[in-house]
Amino acid sequence: MPFGMVMKHALDAHSAERSARMWPSECGGRVEDRGAEKILAKGNEAIAMAALDAGCLLYFGYPITPQNDIPEYLSKHLPTLGGEFIQAESEIASINLLLGASATGTRAMTSSSSPGISLMQEGISYMAGSELPCVIINISRSGPGLGGISPSQGDYFQATRGGGHGDYRMIVLAPSTVQEMYDLTFLAFDLSDKYRNPAMILGDALIGQMKEPLIRRRPEKMDLPPKDWALTGARGRNPNRIKSLYLQDGELSEHNWKLYRKYELMKKEEVRFESFKVEDAQLLIAAFGSIARVSKTSAELAREEGMKVGLLRPITLFPFPEQAFHQFSKRVKLFLTVELNTGQMVEDVRLSVDRDAQVYFYGRPPGSLPSPEEVLEEIKKCYRLGQG
Amino acid sequence: MELVFKRPECLIDIPFHFCPGCHHGIAHRLVAEAIDYFKIREKTIGVASVGCSVFMYDYFNIDVLEAPHGRASAVASGVKRAKKDRIVFTYQGDGDLAAIGIAEVIHTANRGENITIVFANNTVYGMTGGQMAPTTLLGQKTTTSPYGRDFTYDGYPIRMAEMLATLEGSAFVARVAVNNPANLMKAKKAIRKGFQMQMEEMGFSFIEVLLACPTNWGMSALEANRRVEEEMIPYFPLGILKERKMADYL
Repeated sequence: MPFGMVMKHALDAHSAERSARMWPSECGGRVEDRGAEKILAKGNEAIAMAALDAGCLLYFGYPITPQNDIPEYLSKHLPTLGGEFIQAESEIASINLLLGASATGTRAMTSSSSPGISLMQEGISYMAGSELPCVIINISRSGPGLGGISPSQGDYFQATRGGGHGDYRMIVLAPSTVQEMYDLTFLAFDLSDKYRNPAMILGDALIGQMKEPLIRRRPEKMDLPPKDWALTGARGRNPNRIKSLYLQDGELSEHNWKLYRKYELMKKEEVRFESFKVEDAQLLIAAFGSIARVSKTSAELAREEGMKVGLLRPITLFPFPEQAFHQFSKRVKLFLTVELNTGQMVEDVRLSVDRDAQVYFYGRPPGSLPSPEEVLEEIKKCYRLGQG
Repeated sequence: MELVFKRPECLIDIPFHFCPGCHHGIAHRLVAEAIDYFKIREKTIGVASVGCSVFMYDYFNIDVLEAPHGRASAVASGVKRAKKDRIVFTYQGDGDLAAIGIAEVIHTANRGENITIVFANNTVYGMTGGQMAPTTLLGQKTTTSPYGRDFTYDGYPIRMAEMLATLEGSAFVARVAVNNPANLMKAKKAIRKGFQMQMEEMGFSFIEVLLACPTNWGMSALEANRRVEEEMIPYFPLGILKERKMADYL
């Protein structure tokens, strides 16, 4: 489908803002309680709304297409809620403002798109090493370099392989609908606080710009440990220090193992994925984010033509649903990974599946969004190969 | 017998690691004395930068946050925005602030962030072994300017205090030195003023402190101390470059 068709500005989602009841957020500001309001919202705006509803009243960011709706929305609403909005001088400043705010135990967020996220890698590495929570939104666009502004999934490696220097991981959540842009942002804040680790929402230009119905309802609050490590002034306690430098003999390797154990725990407890028509599937599509929407339609079209096709959609890209893929690959021997890049998540799929499972790849580099029919052609090809 | 001089409460009782003749110890002490003077130890948060000052959390008896190289100004702004009633300061070297961190410090000053920055200027990269800094003087030999700094290749030394004083957001900008008792007393006053301005919510405070680095200048402690007077102060003049009398939002 032509990319431009999904970028129409039909309704002004701002008109849906009606303040109802107020409750105090953990940062001392006010958060509006809307009950379960159903509105038409842009993906980017859904993220901004979720941040406010999750009690995040600090935002630092820099303009970059295609995510400017996020800072614009927050610049309008944060001041009315007693929050702080800074348009910083760069993404480098943004991630460091975030580091400072997070160190005080306050929920804070930044957003950017691929080139800006590259600039943030140093800060993310520091935050992972210092065990600081934060939420980073990447509405990815095409690269490498200046690339373009069309949707792409070329940041999968950057997001899931740490991205910055050193041995660390980021919690990475990949929404596929505007509702998930909202729900997963909430989850990102909670998981980030739970594990004291940066969390990223990996969206793309398509899902950021499209409008869908959104049920704006605050989910159940997760039970989270108190932030007694935070820097708030050393009154009545010993001073806290937050750092990532470990120079004493053995200190740093011990710290790295500690981080490793965190990531292993995440792998055990925080994997999320969607399985669609997998029960009797003979071919499973592996896809995430916006291309998973297209792939889902293709799977349905394939079913109409009598092919037993299903979809396995990772929602957590880190931790990757290795076990799920492995389990399915004991019975299903055909996988088709569909991505808006030239081959990134397919490596994780190949690593996860049984040795004799065949993993095919259909890639569409940025600027060429496939239609469900085009993906269906690929499915047919692979299905025939599998049968023969 | 009355005790007239002791270790500030804000300084932890362990030896500094600084080289003999290094002025960081003096600057650290002046900052600690200012915090003690206003009795704000329990609500002060320090942001350490990367360089010889990185071990600030070992010396100051306060909450301390480590920032990536050059980013302390932005990090401190984030801390202050999250906790407006705490006192937040950074302690940054000349590479950290005037090279890699120059964008962050300019915009922190420009936004009038209500924090205090202590800028330790010793015209050289100390921790990494004596490379050229943005404040290295013309003709000064460093490990990356072995023939002496030449403006045709490396430009001129940057005067940070003058530059930041031109910004509306700056409330208090001063340059001081600690090479003799008279200068030291003025430095103590200026650093104290920088914290006072923050407490009065006047805006951005910046105190550039000229320091000696005997090790990387290849000098003895006394020679290095003399160099501050004879070579640095002529190029980096001391004084208060800006002092807002009233908060700008009034």
